[in-house]
Amino acid sequence: MATISRRAILKGGGAMVVSFAIGRQALAQARAAHTVDSFLAIHQDGSVTIFTSHVDIGTGISTVFRQVAAEELDIPVERFTVIEGDTATTPDHGGTGGSTGVPRGAADIRQAAATARRALLELAARRMNRRASDLTIEAGEIQASDGAAGVSIASLIGGKRFDLAVDPKAPLKQPSEYRIVGQPVLRADVPFKCTGRHVYLQDFSVPGMLHGRVVRPPTLGGELVSYDETAIRAIPDIKVIRIGNFLGVVAADEWAAIRAARELKVVWKDSRDLPGSDDLERYLRESPAADQVVVNRGDASGALSGAPKKFSAAYYWPFQSHASLGPSCAIADVTDAGITVWSASQGAFGLRAHLANVFGVAPENVRVIYMDGSGSYGTNGAEDAAADAVLLSRAARRPVRVQWMRQDEHGWDPKGPVQLLDVRASVDAAGNIAAWETEMWLPGGPPGERALAGPELAGMKQGHGQGAGLMTMNADPPYRAAHVRVVAHNLRETPLRLSNLRAPGKIANVFAVEGFTDELAAAARVDAVEYRRRSLDDPRALAVLDRAASMIGWRARPSPNPDAAQGNFRVGRGIAYLRYKQAENYCALAMEVAVERSTGRITVRRIACAHDCGLIMNPDGLRNQVEGNIMHTLSRALHEEVRFDQSKVISVDWVTYPVLRFPEAPPVEIALINRPDQPPYGAGEAASAPVAAALANAVFDATGIRLRRVPFAAERMKTMLARA
Amino acid sequence: MPNYSFRVNGKTVTVDSWDPDQPLLYVLRNTLGLHGAKFGCGMAQCGACTVLLDGGAARSCVTPIRHAAGRSVTTIEGLGTPENPNAVQAAFIAEQAAQCGYCTNGMIMAAQALLDRNPHPTLEQVKSALEGNLCRCGTHTRILNAVMRAARA
Repeated sequence: MATISRRAILKGGGAMVVSFAIGRQALAQARAAHTVDSFLAIHQDGSVTIFTSHVDIGTGISTVFRQVAAEELDIPVERFTVIEGDTATTPDHGGTGGSTGVPRGAADIRQAAATARRALLELAARRMNRRASDLTIEAGEIQASDGAAGVSIASLIGGKRFDLAVDPKAPLKQPSEYRIVGQPVLRADVPFKCTGRHVYLQDFSVPGMLHGRVVRPPTLGGELVSYDETAIRAIPDIKVIRIGNFLGVVAADEWAAIRAARELKVVWKDSRDLPGSDDLERYLRESPAADQVVVNRGDASGALSGAPKKFSAAYYWPFQSHASLGPSCAIADVTDAGITVWSASQGAFGLRAHLANVFGVAPENVRVIYMDGSGSYGTNGAEDAAADAVLLSRAARRPVRVQWMRQDEHGWDPKGPVQLLDVRASVDAAGNIAAWETEMWLPGGPPGERALAGPELAGMKQGHGQGAGLMTMNADPPYRAAHVRVVAHNLRETPLRLSNLRAPGKIANVFAVEGFTDELAAAARVDAVEYRRRSLDDPRALAVLDRAASMIGWRARPSPNPDAAQGNFRVGRGIAYLRYKQAENYCALAMEVAVERSTGRITVRRIACAHDCGLIMNPDGLRNQVEGNIMHTLSRALHEEVRFDQSKVISVDWVTYPVLRFPEAPPVEIALINRPDQPPYGAGEAASAPVAAALANAVFDATGIRLRRVPFAAERMKTMLARA
Repeated sequence: MPNYSFRVNGKTVTVDSWDPDQPLLYVLRNTLGLHGAKFGCGMAQCGACTVLLDGGAARSCVTPIRHAAGRSVTTIEGLGTPENPNAVQAAFIAEQAAQCGYCTNGMIMAAQALLDRNPHPTLEQVKSALEGNLCRCGTHTRILNAVMRAARA
């Protein structure tokens, strides 16, 4: 896929091409300027290519794109292929992330397909001498309602070229007419992935390519004093490249590059300016910050100060790593003409602009081509690896492939931010929330482009942006309350580079909000489901809550569980609810846990999740995403914490940064609630948000111990059990 | 340059390696063009590089090429093809047991090794056999379902 050029896709033969909705003259100019704008090309053989900047990277979104286009066109879904994230051949309609693939990516493609459908029907109407309204499309063939002989789309296009601009008014099918959207269409990539034939970025090569490895300083801000090549002289065909404090090795042979990078003798000057991960709470509270009022309804401070009975708690979420299973990789080919980069970045256009800025090359002379890589859940090390490859290729004047080693990935990928939340509430006579205040502390920095690790070592001028996504959403309770205030203290600095990591901020916020809500319910001696129910009005909210409770076999009673003891275990159940970004998916998740008294080990016995993302596009793909959200976040809640000392990350492999393993994987039951009359939302994040809270609530039910700090490691749990 | 002969997916191959300690993984990927086994950690911690060595699951990222000499290596490419997958691969496809799929090689090879010695494992035995294989996308449930499906087949 990656080597297909736009000309090869569209050359010669006929096609109907649907592009961004701009005027015809502008369209011609855009073509002359080689601006890419097409969403869709229907070829003269009846096949269709979809072009999109939204990439799949294992989520199944490209299958959804094929489905929505196939639906609007009534062309079989097998005839569609998707070109993703190639700045030379795909339009830029947004990067991949924030669960936007469905509401934005698929919506654009749907509208392009609807535009093509209308044009095809008009063409056929002339050819068949019928009114367009008397025609339909069936399996790629245009048919007349009077039974006259049909015309295939392929023959309509013939050798001609049709350029259309997306018409935002082109009529869309009604959901009640859907035949392909809503079906569990299988992913095209899975048979290749299961037989070792899928070509990942990590498997790709270009002619003349060298293998590169970066020799990183032992500390995050290290300074290169000197290096000595004596120790690596016996390794064949290697070249050491130094640019400032950036040190790398290129070699024709990958193993030679790895050994040379490992065995090169380097003298570094260490840096020691990090706060360390053990006392980050104090660091967050004491560092200079800019305050941001996120929600201010009623008079929360006044109501709280006058309340006779107040509750408060502090919740903590640590720095976490994407810790992609396959370390980040990139191939760069730097020539006098420009830069070509093959990358698994979720934002090809963003990366193009970023590299153009950092390396001082015009954006039109930078091409970024997406290829599937190991899963990422936002911004992992992909962009940094791309910059490493550019640095090495530019110096070596050859294409260079860089794959990070495991310690590079854990040690140097940008991190999901640490987050500290103070929550306070007062309740009315019935125990319901009267006033609520959330105060959160977030590491931060300037907006704009992130610093790339390699160029930073090389001493290049670049931005030092510290964006991490929409961190403050879901920080107020979804429950009826007269007085609510949410304030974010955005620190002016961060000890580790930040990035957006799956459902940024929302997971920690829901952990605090739903954990604390559970505390209020327990204090009121009210059942946790009932407590939530009586402060919710939205029927879709109540539907997911009731469904999750019923699936787990919820029996109403206050927590903790009076019958928790089961031999060496204590058992309990918990629930959490949210509406993602306060405006999208509804999700409730319940689980049953057993806590082993002698070890503190938490075993999740069962998970039930009810999920409503509006109209369902592909129930199997959706289920896969919901399961993934749950397991990934279970891993984050139980195990994951980036640990660092004064100078470096010290959780740099799978022993020091443990993650969920198979023996811990609980059975998961998922109820997908389809709402064909509601707009579809993406599902790559929402079900991750309630996991930690539901788990902590279940542990409280089992033990009476409230977990407010992630990860819920066994050792910590054991200590708390001993103290209880 | 020393060379090493061994069997890969049923065929005898002879490869050069400048370093007798070069891990089998790089020989498979870069010399033989078999990209199914993946680099994940280089420390036998994650399982992405798993192959069968004389029928048993082995971490090719820490198996020196000299240890492979004279032995029989099976990679995921040797089990089946997209058109004609073997039973374990077919079960993974039927369950759509992949997201990014970077760990899938290791999952399938570890499952194959398990089923070769224990054709009808319990769910607990499957979990235990896959304990050393990590998945980050959270596909655990489907992977377990796929292995249990293959065990029933």
